[in-house]
Amino acid sequence: MSTLPRAAELGLIGCHVCGQVCRFAGGDGDGLACPRCGSALHRRKPASYARTWALLIAAFLMYIPANVLPIMRTASLGDVDDNTILSGVVELWVKGSPSLAVIVFCASIVVPMLKFLALGTLLVSCRRGSGWARRQRAQLYRLVELIGYWSMLDVFVVALLTALVRFGLFSLVEPLPGVVFFGLTVVLTMFASMCFDPRLIWDGQDDSDD
Amino acid sequence: MDAIPEGCADISPSTLLICEQCDTVHRRRSLARGEVAQCARCGAVLERHHGMRIDTLLALVLAALVVFVQATLWPIVTLGLNGQQVAATLWDVIRMMWLDHSQVVAVIAAGTLYVFPLAKILSLGWLLLYARSGRRAPGFRRLMVAMHHLGPWTMSEVFVLGALVSIVKAHLYFDVIPNPGIYFYAALMFLITLFAGVDLARLWDETREDEA
Ligand SMILES: [Zn+2]
Ligand SMILES: [Zn+2]
Repeated sequence: MSTLPRAAELGLIGCHVCGQVCRFAGGDGDGLACPRCGSALHRRKPASYARTWALLIAAFLMYIPANVLPIMRTASLGDVDDNTILSGVVELWVKGSPSLAVIVFCASIVVPMLKFLALGTLLVSCRRGSGWARRQRAQLYRLVELIGYWSMLDVFVVALLTALVRFGLFSLVEPLPGVVFFGLTVVLTMFASMCFDPRLIWDGQDDSDD
Repeated sequence: MDAIPEGCADISPSTLLICEQCDTVHRRRSLARGEVAQCARCGAVLERHHGMRIDTLLALVLAALVVFVQATLWPIVTLGLNGQQVAATLWDVIRMMWLDHSQVVAVIAAGTLYVFPLAKILSLGWLLLYARSGRRAPGFRRLMVAMHHLGPWTMSEVFVLGALVSIVKAHLYFDVIPNPGIYFYAALMFLITLFAGVDLARLWDETREDEA
Protein backbone atom coordinates (compact mmCIF):
# COMPACT_ATOMS: atom_id res chain seq x y z
CA MET A 1 0.00 0.00 0.00
CA SER A 2 1.32 3.42 -0.91
CA THR A 3 1.52 6.33 1.52
CA LEU A 4 -1.45 7.92 -0.17
CA PRO A 5 -4.08 5.20 -0.08
CA ARG A 6 -6.94 5.25 -2.53
CA ALA A 7 -10.49 4.54 -1.43
CA ALA A 8 -10.54 1.05 -2.92
CA GLU A 9 -7.41 -0.01 -1.00
CA LEU A 10 -9.03 0.86 2.31
CA GLY A 11 -12.33 -0.78 1.47
CA LEU A 12 -14.03 2.59 1.21
CA ILE A 13 -16.10 4.22 -1.47
CA GLY A 14 -16.86 7.92 -1.72
CA CYS A 15 -20.24 9.17 -2.93
CA HIS A 16 -19.69 11.23 -6.10
CA VAL A 17 -22.59 13.51 -5.25
CA CYS A 18 -22.40 14.31 -1.53
CA GLY A 19 -18.92 13.09 -0.62
CA GLN A 20 -20.11 10.63 2.04
CA VAL A 21 -17.45 8.06 2.85
CA CYS A 22 -18.95 4.57 2.92
CA ARG A 23 -17.40 1.29 3.97
CA PHE A 24 -17.52 -1.11 1.11
CA ALA A 25 -15.10 -3.92 0.54
CA GLY A 26 -15.29 -5.61 -2.84
CA GLY A 27 -16.47 -4.96 -6.35
CA ASP A 28 -17.45 -1.79 -8.14
CA GLY A 29 -20.30 -0.85 -5.84
CA ASP A 30 -22.77 -1.08 -8.68
CA GLY A 31 -26.36 -1.21 -7.57
CA LEU A 32 -25.66 0.31 -4.16
CA ALA A 33 -27.11 3.63 -3.06
CA CYS A 34 -25.44 6.25 -0.88
CA PRO A 35 -26.92 6.00 2.64
CA ARG A 36 -26.87 9.79 2.98
CA CYS A 37 -28.13 11.22 -0.33
CA GLY A 38 -29.55 8.17 -2.08
CA SER A 39 -27.46 8.56 -5.25
CA ALA A 40 -26.04 5.45 -6.87
CA LEU A 41 -22.52 4.66 -5.66
CA HIS A 42 -19.76 4.03 -8.17
CA ARG A 43 -16.03 3.62 -7.89
CA ARG A 44 -15.73 5.31 -11.28
CA LYS A 45 -18.28 7.13 -13.36
CA PRO A 46 -20.11 4.49 -15.42
CA ALA A 47 -18.89 3.87 -18.98
CA SER A 48 -16.68 6.93 -18.73
CA TYR A 49 -14.52 6.24 -21.80
CA ALA A 50 -17.37 5.28 -24.12
CA ARG A 51 -19.63 8.14 -23.13
CA THR A 52 -16.92 10.79 -23.17
CA TRP A 53 -15.66 9.63 -26.57
CA ALA A 54 -19.17 9.52 -28.03
CA LEU A 55 -20.04 13.01 -26.79
CA LEU A 56 -16.69 14.43 -27.79
CA ILE A 57 -16.95 13.08 -31.32
CA ALA A 58 -20.53 14.30 -31.63
CA ALA A 59 -19.40 17.73 -30.40
CA PHE A 60 -16.57 17.79 -32.93
CA LEU A 61 -18.96 16.89 -35.77
CA MET A 62 -21.15 19.83 -34.72
CA TYR A 63 -18.11 22.08 -34.44
CA ILE A 64 -17.31 21.82 -38.15
CA PRO A 65 -20.59 23.33 -39.46
CA ALA A 66 -20.51 25.73 -36.50
CA ASN A 67 -17.34 27.25 -37.92
CA VAL A 68 -18.00 26.89 -41.62
CA LEU A 69 -21.59 28.10 -41.66
CA PRO A 70 -22.35 31.74 -40.93
CA ILE A 71 -23.85 32.34 -37.51
CA MET A 72 -25.38 35.75 -38.04
CA ARG A 73 -26.61 37.99 -40.86
CA THR A 74 -26.51 41.74 -40.48
CA ALA A 75 -28.06 44.13 -42.95
CA SER A 76 -27.53 47.86 -42.93
CA LEU A 77 -28.19 50.36 -45.68
CA GLY A 78 -28.65 47.66 -48.28
CA ASP A 79 -25.46 45.83 -47.34
CA VAL A 80 -26.08 42.22 -46.40
CA ASP A 81 -23.28 40.72 -44.40
CA ASP A 82 -23.07 37.09 -43.24
CA ASN A 83 -20.63 36.47 -40.44
CA THR A 84 -19.04 33.25 -39.31
CA ILE A 85 -17.60 32.99 -35.82
CA LEU A 86 -14.15 33.98 -37.06
CA SER A 87 -15.26 36.84 -39.28
CA GLY A 88 -17.39 38.12 -36.40
CA VAL A 89 -14.26 38.29 -34.29
CA VAL A 90 -12.44 40.15 -37.06
CA GLU A 91 -15.33 42.59 -37.42
CA LEU A 92 -15.31 43.28 -33.71
CA TRP A 93 -11.55 43.84 -33.85
CA VAL A 94 -11.69 46.24 -36.78
CA LYS A 95 -14.80 48.23 -36.01
CA GLY A 96 -15.44 47.85 -32.34
CA SER A 97 -13.08 46.97 -29.61
CA PRO A 98 -10.00 44.77 -29.92
CA SER A 99 -10.12 43.68 -26.28
CA LEU A 100 -13.64 42.26 -26.65
CA ALA A 101 -12.55 40.61 -29.91
CA VAL A 102 -9.81 38.81 -28.00
CA ILE A 103 -12.32 37.66 -25.38
CA VAL A 104 -14.74 36.36 -28.01
CA PHE A 105 -11.88 34.68 -29.87
CA CYS A 106 -10.81 32.89 -26.70
CA ALA A 107 -14.33 31.85 -25.76
CA SER A 108 -15.41 30.65 -29.21
CA ILE A 109 -12.22 29.30 -30.79
CA VAL A 110 -9.53 28.70 -28.18
CA VAL A 111 -11.71 27.20 -25.43
CA PRO A 112 -13.51 24.63 -27.63
CA MET A 113 -10.24 23.61 -29.30
CA LEU A 114 -8.57 23.32 -25.90
CA LYS A 115 -11.45 21.15 -24.73
CA PHE A 116 -11.19 18.80 -27.71
CA LEU A 117 -7.42 18.49 -27.32
CA ALA A 118 -7.48 18.20 -23.53
CA LEU A 119 -10.25 15.61 -23.30
CA GLY A 120 -8.79 13.66 -26.25
CA THR A 121 -5.36 13.60 -24.60
CA LEU A 122 -6.86 12.59 -21.25
CA LEU A 123 -8.90 9.79 -22.81
CA VAL A 124 -5.96 8.34 -24.75
CA SER A 125 -3.42 8.63 -21.94
CA CYS A 126 -5.76 7.21 -19.31
CA ARG A 127 -6.75 4.30 -21.50
CA ARG A 128 -3.07 3.41 -21.80
CA GLY A 129 -2.65 3.69 -18.04
CA SER A 130 0.10 6.21 -18.63
CA GLY A 131 1.92 7.61 -15.61
CA TRP A 132 3.09 10.64 -17.56
CA ALA A 133 2.49 14.07 -15.99
CA ARG A 134 -0.41 12.88 -13.85
CA ARG A 135 -0.63 15.98 -11.72
CA GLN A 136 -0.55 18.24 -14.76
CA ARG A 137 -3.25 16.20 -16.45
CA ALA A 138 -5.39 16.46 -13.33
CA GLN A 139 -4.91 20.24 -13.43
CA LEU A 140 -5.77 20.26 -17.13
CA TYR A 141 -9.07 18.54 -16.38
CA ARG A 142 -9.90 21.06 -13.66
CA LEU A 143 -9.10 23.88 -16.10
CA VAL A 144 -11.45 22.39 -18.70
CA GLU A 145 -14.23 22.15 -16.11
CA LEU A 146 -13.62 25.73 -15.00
CA ILE A 147 -13.57 27.51 -18.36
CA GLY A 148 -15.67 25.21 -20.55
CA TYR A 149 -18.97 26.99 -20.26
CA TRP A 150 -17.55 30.38 -21.25
CA SER A 151 -17.82 29.17 -24.84
CA MET A 152 -21.51 29.93 -24.59
CA LEU A 153 -20.57 33.59 -25.03
CA ASP A 154 -21.11 33.78 -28.79
CA VAL A 155 -24.46 32.02 -28.58
CA PHE A 156 -25.66 34.65 -26.13
CA VAL A 157 -24.31 37.44 -28.32
CA VAL A 158 -26.14 36.25 -31.43
CA ALA A 159 -29.30 35.50 -29.48
CA LEU A 160 -29.31 38.88 -27.75
CA LEU A 161 -28.54 40.85 -30.88
CA THR A 162 -31.15 39.18 -33.04
CA ALA A 163 -33.82 39.28 -30.40
CA LEU A 164 -33.14 42.88 -29.47
CA VAL A 165 -33.14 44.01 -33.03
CA ARG A 166 -36.19 41.98 -33.96
CA PHE A 167 -37.90 43.69 -31.14
CA GLY A 168 -37.75 47.00 -32.83
CA LEU A 169 -39.00 45.41 -36.07
CA PHE A 170 -35.85 46.63 -37.77
CA SER A 171 -35.08 43.16 -39.04
CA LEU A 172 -31.43 44.02 -39.42
CA VAL A 173 -29.90 41.03 -37.69
CA GLU A 174 -30.81 37.39 -38.29
CA PRO A 175 -29.46 34.23 -36.71
CA LEU A 176 -28.15 31.66 -39.17
CA PRO A 177 -27.85 27.87 -38.64
CA GLY A 178 -24.19 28.04 -37.60
CA VAL A 179 -25.14 29.35 -34.18
CA VAL A 180 -27.36 26.36 -33.43
CA PHE A 181 -24.49 24.01 -34.28
CA PHE A 182 -22.21 26.05 -32.09
CA GLY A 183 -24.64 25.97 -29.16
CA LEU A 184 -24.88 22.20 -29.52
CA THR A 185 -21.07 21.95 -29.61
CA VAL A 186 -20.79 23.76 -26.30
CA VAL A 187 -23.53 21.72 -24.61
CA LEU A 188 -22.08 18.44 -25.90
CA THR A 189 -18.54 19.29 -24.77
CA MET A 190 -19.91 20.19 -21.33
CA PHE A 191 -21.58 16.79 -21.12
CA ALA A 192 -18.39 15.15 -22.37
CA SER A 193 -16.25 16.69 -19.64
CA MET A 194 -18.87 15.74 -17.04
CA CYS A 195 -18.77 12.12 -18.21
CA PHE A 196 -15.01 11.93 -17.97
CA ASP A 197 -13.80 10.57 -14.66
CA PRO A 198 -10.58 12.28 -13.48
CA ARG A 199 -9.96 9.35 -11.12
CA LEU A 200 -8.96 7.38 -14.20
CA ILE A 201 -5.85 9.56 -14.49
CA TRP A 202 -4.52 7.93 -11.34
CA ASP A 203 -5.58 4.39 -12.12
CA GLY A 204 -3.43 1.87 -13.90
CA GLN A 205 0.14 1.16 -12.86
CA ASP A 206 1.43 2.05 -9.45
CA ASP A 207 2.38 5.70 -9.32
CA SER A 208 5.98 5.80 -8.24
CA ASP A 209 6.49 9.25 -9.77
CA ASP A 210 5.64 11.19 -6.63
CA MET B 1 -4.22 17.59 4.80
CA ASP B 2 -2.54 14.45 6.12
CA ALA B 3 -2.59 11.18 4.35
CA ILE B 4 -3.80 8.14 6.23
CA PRO B 5 -0.88 6.22 7.67
CA GLU B 6 -0.59 2.56 6.89
CA GLY B 7 -2.52 -0.02 8.82
CA CYS B 8 -5.16 2.24 10.33
CA ALA B 9 -8.21 0.10 9.91
CA ASP B 10 -10.17 1.42 12.85
CA ILE B 11 -10.84 4.95 11.61
CA SER B 12 -14.49 5.84 11.27
CA PRO B 13 -15.64 7.12 7.86
CA SER B 14 -16.85 10.46 9.26
CA THR B 15 -13.28 11.52 10.05
CA LEU B 16 -12.21 10.86 6.47
CA LEU B 17 -12.39 12.77 3.24
CA ILE B 18 -12.11 11.20 -0.18
CA CYS B 19 -10.74 13.42 -2.96
CA GLU B 20 -13.41 13.83 -5.63
CA GLN B 21 -10.82 13.96 -8.36
CA CYS B 22 -8.51 11.05 -7.61
CA ASP B 23 -10.09 8.92 -4.85
CA THR B 24 -7.26 9.44 -2.38
CA VAL B 25 -8.34 9.08 1.24
CA HIS B 26 -7.37 11.85 3.64
CA ARG B 27 -7.87 12.37 7.32
CA ARG B 28 -10.06 15.33 8.09
CA ARG B 29 -8.63 18.08 10.23
CA SER B 30 -10.00 21.40 11.38
CA LEU B 31 -8.98 24.32 9.23
CA ALA B 32 -7.88 27.77 10.30
CA ARG B 33 -9.61 30.84 8.97
CA GLY B 34 -9.19 31.14 5.21
CA GLU B 35 -7.30 27.86 5.01
CA VAL B 36 -7.88 25.49 2.13
CA ALA B 37 -7.19 21.77 2.34
CA GLN B 38 -5.67 20.37 -0.83
CA CYS B 39 -5.30 16.82 -2.01
CA ALA B 40 -1.74 15.58 -1.50
CA ARG B 41 -1.90 13.50 -4.66
CA CYS B 42 -3.62 15.63 -7.30
CA GLY B 43 -3.83 19.10 -5.75
CA ALA B 44 -7.62 19.41 -5.93
CA VAL B 45 -9.40 21.39 -3.21
CA LEU B 46 -10.72 19.01 -0.57
CA GLU B 47 -12.34 21.40 1.86
CA ARG B 48 -12.37 25.09 2.64
CA HIS B 49 -12.67 26.84 5.93
CA HIS B 50 -16.29 27.88 6.41
CA GLY B 51 -15.64 31.59 6.26
CA MET B 52 -19.33 32.43 6.17
CA ARG B 53 -21.86 31.61 8.81
CA ILE B 54 -25.21 30.17 7.78
CA ASP B 55 -26.94 33.49 8.58
CA THR B 56 -24.52 35.41 6.36
CA LEU B 57 -25.10 32.95 3.56
CA LEU B 58 -28.85 33.27 3.94
CA ALA B 59 -28.59 37.06 3.76
CA LEU B 60 -26.54 36.73 0.57
CA VAL B 61 -29.11 34.42 -0.97
CA LEU B 62 -31.93 36.82 -0.13
CA ALA B 63 -29.93 39.67 -1.66
CA ALA B 64 -29.44 37.54 -4.76
CA LEU B 65 -33.19 36.91 -4.96
CA VAL B 66 -33.97 40.62 -4.78
CA VAL B 67 -31.36 41.39 -7.42
CA PHE B 68 -32.64 38.58 -9.63
CA VAL B 69 -36.20 39.93 -9.52
CA GLN B 70 -34.93 43.42 -10.34
CA ALA B 71 -32.79 42.09 -13.18
CA THR B 72 -35.80 40.44 -14.78
CA LEU B 73 -38.18 43.38 -14.28
CA TRP B 74 -35.98 46.13 -15.69
CA PRO B 75 -35.21 46.41 -19.37
CA ILE B 76 -31.66 45.35 -20.15
CA VAL B 77 -31.07 47.69 -23.10
CA THR B 78 -32.76 50.42 -25.10
CA LEU B 79 -32.32 50.49 -28.85
CA GLY B 80 -32.70 53.59 -30.90
CA LEU B 81 -32.91 53.92 -34.68
CA ASN B 82 -34.27 56.84 -36.67
CA GLY B 83 -35.74 58.40 -33.56
CA GLN B 84 -37.59 55.24 -32.49
CA GLN B 85 -36.73 53.80 -29.10
CA VAL B 86 -37.39 50.29 -27.87
CA ALA B 87 -36.55 48.92 -24.45
CA ALA B 88 -36.57 45.19 -23.82
CA THR B 89 -36.44 43.06 -20.70
CA LEU B 90 -34.69 39.72 -20.76
CA TRP B 91 -38.00 37.92 -20.82
CA ASP B 92 -39.10 39.89 -23.91
CA VAL B 93 -35.83 38.94 -25.54
CA ILE B 94 -36.28 35.22 -24.85
CA ARG B 95 -39.92 35.29 -26.01
CA MET B 96 -38.83 37.01 -29.19
CA MET B 97 -36.22 34.33 -29.85
CA TRP B 98 -38.89 31.68 -29.42
CA LEU B 99 -41.26 33.36 -31.87
CA ASP B 100 -38.40 34.03 -34.22
CA HIS B 101 -37.78 30.35 -34.97
CA SER B 102 -34.68 30.08 -32.83
CA GLN B 103 -36.36 27.84 -30.28
CA VAL B 104 -33.18 25.90 -29.51
CA VAL B 105 -31.34 29.05 -28.51
CA ALA B 106 -34.42 30.32 -26.65
CA VAL B 107 -34.58 27.15 -24.55
CA ILE B 108 -30.85 27.24 -23.79
CA ALA B 109 -31.06 30.91 -22.82
CA ALA B 110 -34.20 30.50 -20.70
CA GLY B 111 -32.71 27.49 -18.91
CA THR B 112 -29.31 28.97 -18.14
CA LEU B 113 -30.49 32.51 -17.36
CA TYR B 114 -33.86 32.02 -15.72
CA VAL B 115 -34.71 28.54 -14.63
CA PHE B 116 -31.36 27.35 -13.28
CA PRO B 117 -30.30 30.47 -11.38
CA LEU B 118 -33.79 30.91 -9.93
CA ALA B 119 -34.00 27.24 -8.96
CA LYS B 120 -30.58 27.52 -7.34
CA ILE B 121 -31.40 30.67 -5.39
CA LEU B 122 -34.76 29.36 -4.18
CA SER B 123 -33.57 25.94 -3.13
CA LEU B 124 -30.49 27.36 -1.43
CA GLY B 125 -32.69 29.80 0.49
CA TRP B 126 -35.05 27.02 1.51
CA LEU B 127 -32.22 24.77 2.73
CA LEU B 128 -30.47 27.57 4.63
CA LEU B 129 -33.67 28.71 6.31
CA TYR B 130 -33.86 25.36 8.07
CA ALA B 131 -30.12 24.90 8.42
CA ARG B 132 -29.96 27.99 10.66
CA SER B 133 -31.38 25.88 13.45
CA GLY B 134 -29.44 22.80 12.41
CA ARG B 135 -32.43 21.12 10.82
CA ARG B 136 -32.92 19.60 7.40
CA ALA B 137 -35.62 21.18 5.29
CA PRO B 138 -38.33 18.96 3.77
CA GLY B 139 -36.90 17.58 0.55
CA PHE B 140 -33.32 18.22 1.77
CA ARG B 141 -31.85 15.12 0.15
CA ARG B 142 -33.47 15.64 -3.20
CA LEU B 143 -32.62 19.34 -3.33
CA MET B 144 -28.96 18.78 -2.42
CA VAL B 145 -28.65 16.15 -5.16
CA ALA B 146 -30.45 18.35 -7.70
CA MET B 147 -28.21 21.32 -6.91
CA HIS B 148 -25.14 19.17 -7.39
CA HIS B 149 -26.29 18.33 -10.92
CA LEU B 150 -27.51 21.86 -11.69
CA GLY B 151 -24.21 23.47 -10.78
CA PRO B 152 -22.49 23.75 -14.17
CA TRP B 153 -25.58 25.03 -15.96
CA THR B 154 -25.93 28.45 -14.39
CA MET B 155 -24.27 30.93 -16.69
CA SER B 156 -25.25 34.41 -15.57
CA GLU B 157 -21.65 35.61 -15.73
CA VAL B 158 -21.26 34.47 -19.34
CA PHE B 159 -24.50 36.20 -20.18
CA VAL B 160 -23.34 39.52 -18.74
CA LEU B 161 -20.18 39.39 -20.84
CA GLY B 162 -22.30 38.41 -23.85
CA ALA B 163 -24.55 41.40 -23.28
CA LEU B 164 -21.50 43.65 -23.20
CA VAL B 165 -20.25 42.27 -26.51
CA SER B 166 -23.74 42.60 -28.04
CA ILE B 167 -23.96 46.23 -27.00
CA VAL B 168 -20.61 47.02 -28.60
CA LYS B 169 -21.59 45.15 -31.78
CA ALA B 170 -25.05 46.67 -31.97
CA HIS B 171 -23.45 50.07 -31.62
CA LEU B 172 -22.17 49.64 -35.16
CA TYR B 173 -25.71 49.83 -36.47
CA PHE B 174 -27.75 51.93 -34.09
CA ASP B 175 -27.83 53.62 -30.72
CA VAL B 176 -27.81 51.28 -27.79
CA ILE B 177 -28.18 52.36 -24.21
CA PRO B 178 -27.58 49.87 -21.42
CA ASN B 179 -30.47 49.87 -18.93
CA PRO B 180 -30.56 49.05 -15.21
CA GLY B 181 -31.43 45.41 -15.93
CA ILE B 182 -27.93 44.73 -17.17
CA TYR B 183 -26.37 46.25 -14.05
CA PHE B 184 -28.59 44.09 -11.88
CA TYR B 185 -27.38 41.12 -13.88
CA ALA B 186 -23.81 42.18 -13.25
CA ALA B 187 -24.56 42.38 -9.52
CA LEU B 188 -26.22 38.97 -9.67
CA MET B 189 -23.16 37.56 -11.35
CA PHE B 190 -21.02 38.85 -8.51
CA LEU B 191 -23.33 37.35 -5.86
CA ILE B 192 -23.54 34.01 -7.63
CA THR B 193 -19.76 33.83 -7.89
CA LEU B 194 -19.59 34.54 -4.16
CA PHE B 195 -21.67 31.58 -3.17
CA ALA B 196 -20.39 29.35 -5.91
CA GLY B 197 -17.20 29.27 -3.85
CA VAL B 198 -19.13 28.06 -0.82
CA ASP B 199 -18.83 24.38 -0.17
CA LEU B 200 -22.42 23.27 0.19
CA ALA B 201 -21.44 19.79 1.27
CA ARG B 202 -21.04 21.30 4.76
CA LEU B 203 -24.83 21.34 5.07
CA TRP B 204 -24.75 17.54 5.22
CA ASP B 205 -22.54 17.74 8.31
CA GLU B 206 -24.13 20.72 9.98
CA THR B 207 -27.74 19.58 9.90
CA ARG B 208 -29.60 16.67 11.43
CA GLU B 209 -32.73 14.90 10.29
CA ASP B 210 -35.83 15.96 12.25
CA GLU B 211 -36.75 13.58 15.02
CA ALA B 212 -40.46 13.65 14.23
ZN1 LIG C 1 -24.21 10.60 -1.35
ZN1 LIG D 1 -6.97 14.23 -5.29
